[in-house]
Amino acid sequence: MTLLLIATGAAVGAPARFLTDLVVAHYAGRFLPWGTLVVNVFGSGLAVFLVVAVADPGWSALLVTGFCGALTTYSTLSYETLRLVEDGRWHHALWNVAANLAGGLGAGLLGFGLAHLIAG
Amino acid sequence: MLRAVSRPALIAVAAGGAIGALARHGLNVAFPTVPGSFDLATFIANTVGGLLIGVLMITVTEVAPGLSMIRPFVGVGILGGFTTFSTYIVDIGRAANAGATALAVVYAFATMAAALLAAAFGMYATRRLLVRSRA
Repeated sequence: MTLLLIATGAAVGAPARFLTDLVVAHYAGRFLPWGTLVVNVFGSGLAVFLVVAVADPGWSALLVTGFCGALTTYSTLSYETLRLVEDGRWHHALWNVAANLAGGLGAGLLGFGLAHLIAG
Repeated sequence: MLRAVSRPALIAVAAGGAIGALARHGLNVAFPTVPGSFDLATFIANTVGGLLIGVLMITVTEVAPGLSMIRPFVGVGILGGFTTFSTYIVDIGRAANAGATALAVVYAFATMAAALLAAAFGMYATRRLLVRSRA
């Protein structure tokens, strides 16, 4: 059952990342990898919120391991950062890593606070 | 802009994402995280995923550009589902919240460095082995 829940969450999370990237790139362009930043920051905040607020292992498998796990990505972050390095854009590569890390941690703090606010 | 998205590509991403996430879950079962310690399973997933995306992207952009469904299925789907940024952030937050600041900092930078080096190595090795042999 856990496997089915993880697979279901990921089967929604991965296409959500794919589509978000297309929408974000449509508006923000592809000079910087904004799409990956958006899914990683949003997914990190949501995951921390759910980890604190949701205790049920089934919901956790579906939403945290499955959905948030597949919505966010480390492989694309790594590849896009290296593409910036290969183009000689060291500052943008550094910015990309820092923005994902700082954005993810900031969103995580927000999710942590919100979950405690709701859970009391 | 979303009308241009092909249904087969979306299905490939969804199926690949499910496969990748299940593989990541397999690592979590094989290397269970003891609370307050280094999350080895997620570290391995993000590092191996980096290596494989490096191999894959050089293959689909420089070796065999005609393979149109490989990138959505394997790259966006399987490797995107296999690697995770959210669990990485949850791990850092858990360690920091437990007062293990050193662990949080080491885990954060070790993952970042390992994933980037693995991806760089995957790209470099694939170019050496495949791109050059075709020239």
